[in-house]
Amino acid sequence: MAQMTYRDALRKALHDAMTEDEDVFVIGEEVGRYGGAYGVTKGLIDEFGPERLRDTPISEPAIVGTAVGAAMAGMRPVAELMYVDFIGMTMDQLCNQAAKIRYMFGGQIGVPMVLRTQGGTGRSAGAQHSQSLEAYVMHTPGLRLVMPGTVYDAYHLLRQALRQPDPVVFIEHKALYAMSDEVDLDAPPPDWGRAVVRRTGSDLVIVTYSRQVHYVMQAAEALAGQGIEATVIDLRTLNPLDFETIRAAVEPIGRAMVVSEGPLTAGVAAELSARITEECFDFLHDPVIRVAGEDVPISVSTALEAASVPSADLVAETARKMLV
Amino acid sequence: MNAPKPHIATGSNADLLGLYRQMRRVRTFEERVGELFVRGLSAGSMLHLSIGEESAAVGVCAAMKDGDTFTTHHRGHGIFLARGADPERMMAEIAGKQTGYCHGKGGSMHIADMGLGHLGANAIVGGGIPAVVGAALVAQQRRTGAVSIAFFGDGAMQQGILYESMNMAALWDLPTVFVCINNQYGMGTRIDQATKATALHERAVAFGLNGETVDGLDVVAVRDAAQRIVDAARGGTPGFLAIDCYRFFGHARKDKSPYRSPGEEEEGRRKDPIAFARAALVDAGHGEAELDAIDAAAAAEMDATIDFADLSEEPPLSSMFRDVFAVGEPEPEPLADRIDRVLARD
Repeated sequence: MAQMTYRDALRKALHDAMTEDEDVFVIGEEVGRYGGAYGVTKGLIDEFGPERLRDTPISEPAIVGTAVGAAMAGMRPVAELMYVDFIGMTMDQLCNQAAKIRYMFGGQIGVPMVLRTQGGTGRSAGAQHSQSLEAYVMHTPGLRLVMPGTVYDAYHLLRQALRQPDPVVFIEHKALYAMSDEVDLDAPPPDWGRAVVRRTGSDLVIVTYSRQVHYVMQAAEALAGQGIEATVIDLRTLNPLDFETIRAAVEPIGRAMVVSEGPLTAGVAAELSARITEECFDFLHDPVIRVAGEDVPISVSTALEAASVPSADLVAETARKMLV
Repeated sequence: MNAPKPHIATGSNADLLGLYRQMRRVRTFEERVGELFVRGLSAGSMLHLSIGEESAAVGVCAAMKDGDTFTTHHRGHGIFLARGADPERMMAEIAGKQTGYCHGKGGSMHIADMGLGHLGANAIVGGGIPAVVGAALVAQQRRTGAVSIAFFGDGAMQQGILYESMNMAALWDLPTVFVCINNQYGMGTRIDQATKATALHERAVAFGLNGETVDGLDVVAVRDAAQRIVDAARGGTPGFLAIDCYRFFGHARKDKSPYRSPGEEEEGRRKDPIAFARAALVDAGHGEAELDAIDAAAAAEMDATIDFADLSEEPPLSSMFRDVFAVGEPEPEPLADRIDRVLARD
């Protein structure tokens, strides 16, 4: 067992992957000498050198495009996008190139790259540095999508992402970097693509991922004190999506809430809600409720920022309304 | 045709017969692609022909070596053919058939072949450019000696990704070459309607690359310029080559170029690298009969591609769900299966 932060776990995952596989290298803005805007790659340049911690100019499209070419040429790049908010800059390289190359070229070649980035609210970083844009990625066939919410998952899911044959978008949460936990990294790794049931209860199922796992768990503890028991599912990966774990939990209970920090409309919660409604319709007592980000940009004001995304209180209050 | 007298600026024209043969193959292939479309055998109308630009494809490919990699734009049939592609598999891909390079999923604008180092044609203007930076990075780190070349048109000269890519290539001394086939038009917009800075290679020089512009009329001059630029890139100084030529026909098959005057087109089509090379060969003592035989062989070779494409099978519908992810990964559930499953209630 070791005490470590989410940031340390990510750094260790990169370190271990780079030690094990000399084809793994990191490319992005400030990843080398600076050590990453959020410190994830700090110190790695001392061990692996500037070729494997390749600092780039501020050129997000070419960072991703270079990673695509390097992956096609046989290496395993980790491209770092400092903020997921910059993903719009890279959409052509990510969604038209990386995501489609295997398919367009008839299966001749894949693009085994990882795009590491971070998103979400919590640092008063404003409308262009606080978004939750995972729906953009989830909407594109050909991309894997990973959103770890715990220290243990941060390590193992990044290691597993670096063994995938296809492009993986790995979105960390900026508010989790300093979170510390005692983890046993020698324990068996999770099964790739499987959700985990964080808590079991018989009154409703709450499906979530990334930082919202913590808010939902807080809410579930509060609800337990009031006699409401919730099952909490942490999806961990949105592609692959482990719908079987959701189904197995929802069918016996018949009541489900989906919690996501991304904007409500046409978001991840909308897709999950549609899937649950379609597939578990005969078992549902209530409509599937989406608790998601408001359909507004994120403000710098800490009060407005916090009110723009789900909180533990909102999740608990919504659950109580569902069970009235 | 009254071809202008050849002027061979540098190098030798000893290989001119071979270059002529390749250019004739490219043009004949493109003519057959047009025929495929007219006969209704092509999969769609997104066909962009490189007639008039043959010296660019053939001249640059003559300067490449085995192991080199490249990407092309949407007008890249000639480049792939000059790099050694099988024209039958190319035509089948253009027709969307199972026997094509990408089993009918890619078509004209997404054709690729890893065996020949073709990292892919691209339907996004400039979209294939940064991949060669990545491939060159790998070549540099692994010391393979390979060069990676991005081919694109003058339209991509106004795309930001080109400058990000050239900057990185120069910054890291990568074995990368950027080849702009300047056919004067991005769809219907002439180059001087798209930029004030029409001396294109100067932009690359400003980023620290070797840069040249060469007249595409003369395939030997193109080959020699490409050889200089490619050799320097192999040694760690990336380069840029602009090749001036004229797009003989419309942007795509249905485009009759109403934005160009008949006079301009007539003048532009005089800039014919094949007629120019042929005149040079005749001057050098090659007989018309010998050259006619080369043309006839190209015609026979390319005629066969249409039959091959026509007789090939469509890809099976089941292949639609394959290759979204790697082999062995679960395939997406077909829509009809999902609907039936959801509605099959007890």
